[in-house]
Amino acid sequence: MSLHRFANPARFMRLSAALLPWCSAAAAALIAIGLYLALFVAPPDYQQGEAVRIMFVHVPSAWMASFVYALIAVASAVALIWRHPLADIAAQGAAPLGAGFTLLCLVTGSLWGERMWGTWWVWDARLTSVLVLFFLYLGYLALVNAFDDPGRGARAGAILALVGIVNLPIIKFSVDWWHTLHQPASVFRLGGPTIAAAMLWPLLVMAVGFMLFFFALLMIRMRTTLMAAKIRALRLAEIDRLAAARRPAAAS
Amino acid sequence: MPAPPPPPLPAIGFAATGLACRRGERLVFAGLSFLLAPGEALLLTGPNGSGKSSLLRLMAGLARPEAGLLAWDGAAVGDDPAAHRARLHFIGHQEAVKPVLTVAETLAFWAGMRGGGDVAAALGRFRLETLADWPCRMLSAGQRRRLALARLAASPAPLWLLDEPTTALDSDALADLLEAIAAHRAQGGRVALSTHAALPLAGATNLSLADFTP
Amino acid sequence: MSPFRLLVQRDLRLALRQGGDAAMVVGFFVLATILFPFGVGPEPALLQRIAAGILWVTALLAALLSLERLFQADWEDGSLEALALMPLPLEAQVLAKCLAHWLVTGLPLIVAAPLLGLLLNLDAAGYPALLAGLLLGTPTLSLIGAVGAALSLGARRGGVLLSLLVLPLYIPVLIFGVGAIEASIGGFAARPHLLLLGALLAGALPLSPLAAAAALRQALE
Repeated sequence: MSLHRFANPARFMRLSAALLPWCSAAAAALIAIGLYLALFVAPPDYQQGEAVRIMFVHVPSAWMASFVYALIAVASAVALIWRHPLADIAAQGAAPLGAGFTLLCLVTGSLWGERMWGTWWVWDARLTSVLVLFFLYLGYLALVNAFDDPGRGARAGAILALVGIVNLPIIKFSVDWWHTLHQPASVFRLGGPTIAAAMLWPLLVMAVGFMLFFFALLMIRMRTTLMAAKIRALRLAEIDRLAAARRPAAAS
Repeated sequence: MPAPPPPPLPAIGFAATGLACRRGERLVFAGLSFLLAPGEALLLTGPNGSGKSSLLRLMAGLARPEAGLLAWDGAAVGDDPAAHRARLHFIGHQEAVKPVLTVAETLAFWAGMRGGGDVAAALGRFRLETLADWPCRMLSAGQRRRLALARLAASPAPLWLLDEPTTALDSDALADLLEAIAAHRAQGGRVALSTHAALPLAGATNLSLADFTP
Repeated sequence: MSPFRLLVQRDLRLALRQGGDAAMVVGFFVLATILFPFGVGPEPALLQRIAAGILWVTALLAALLSLERLFQADWEDGSLEALALMPLPLEAQVLAKCLAHWLVTGLPLIVAAPLLGLLLNLDAAGYPALLAGLLLGTPTLSLIGAVGAALSLGARRGGVLLSLLVLPLYIPVLIFGVGAIEASIGGFAARPHLLLLGALLAGALPLSPLAAAAALRQALE
């Protein structure tokens, strides 16, 4: 019987220790290459000029914002159904990172808007959806940290993540509907697959780089949580040991 | 080191094998087993923090055990939580009493939620008839406790789980409670209760939680 | 009486005897709405233009106001623990409490809304859509709110947390509620908006009790 349920996550620790250097190095290399391609190789857009280069950060962070939320929801489902301790740690480790990507997406979107439309904020359907997603992240983070018992926060957060993932398409749909009612479709279209290859490649390189960067950070965060839990378990064991040592002494 | 497989569950009675309970990051007790046959009483004793309340909450199905199994007549309790809820009364630390409802309304509500019962008889059993129309905000701590305990008598259930039921009771009310428990057991009912004071319960099994602290 | 109706009756009785819930919600609704003319100016044309939005936003906030107490009192005095051990499934109990909550807070909002519409000079064509929208939308607000209330039970700063959890989820109701009014004022059919509000309600009706009951169980664990 282990004193602590996180006491022996040895497999994850071994695996992540082996993967972490490779993952980090690949992320750094890909983001460096991606930035070089985006800033110096990709041509300026014939309409948007140099400002289009914001896209190479904006779009991957938007993808990551949705991807990380989906990952949190999957991890939460695993945590609720199978009570796998690593799933809780993964969900909580991923949430601030996802919120960070969402914020990055909002800030770059705002900068882009200032160049394109001459205003810092436009109630564009996509920006609005991302803004709502940002608030879902904030709600999750606030809920997870709102309880004295961290286990309680983890379980409440897991339920909220599932509620959020069900609501996300509904919110997205309603915001799109709202936007088409209130504003004509904006010029904010990438044009799907017709995007020039010279722009597509840097975008994909950046996207993969962001993904690896995220997983490297996630592994670091999870390892930190596990090590902190290990330290707490050792402290508890020490207290128990001292208490046990004192008991017969008091009796005699 | 893998834990040894728990022994098989008995086919009759309310039984537990190898129960473990975790509170926060700490294991409160482990390897706890008991058998509660019809008509029997289980007296949970132990110092503060030894897990008496936690064990009662596990028995009620309010919390899930960290390890081990609870079974009723050989069937795991977790497989059919609805059936388990239908057969138990749980009186916790708090009385579940609303200040603006009257004593009779409170009792009628809790009995009605379990499909109805004899409210008048229950009021009589715990000497609450004269208070029947009082709003609960006027009750003393002991009277509130008696009202909570009257839920036991208002609707039948084969299993009573009582967490420190004697708190705030005077000697008359304590006698009422002991009498109610005796009548319940005489009809084949089972009771598990936690206590600090020694209770004169005939033939009760004593379960000291301190023995299971890991 | 069935346990479901018994629970609804008890919650209504508690609300009526303790008083204040309905009055507070309507009072907030009226006051918050009245603030808008002070904020944006008393010009009738401007108020008429934004009346639908004001009414829905303030109704939303008023509904939010009463949510914190939905499970809080029962949780504090041990009733929730006892209720969770009753034979009636917790999901059905959540539904019963939402029904009682809606009767006490949602229904008064619907009654008050047309009067506030008059104050804001709402176009006459908008009233049927306002009422129909509130009738379909406010139960959804109670249901979604129940999930938030259950999740934030016992949390530090529960009230603020509850708003943070619930308001983003209220956005679709707001969009379609206002959309219905604006469509009928503009001479279009309010029906698609109302149907979407109905769809939201139909979705929230089974899913919210499920999520809220799960949240309550883990709060009690």
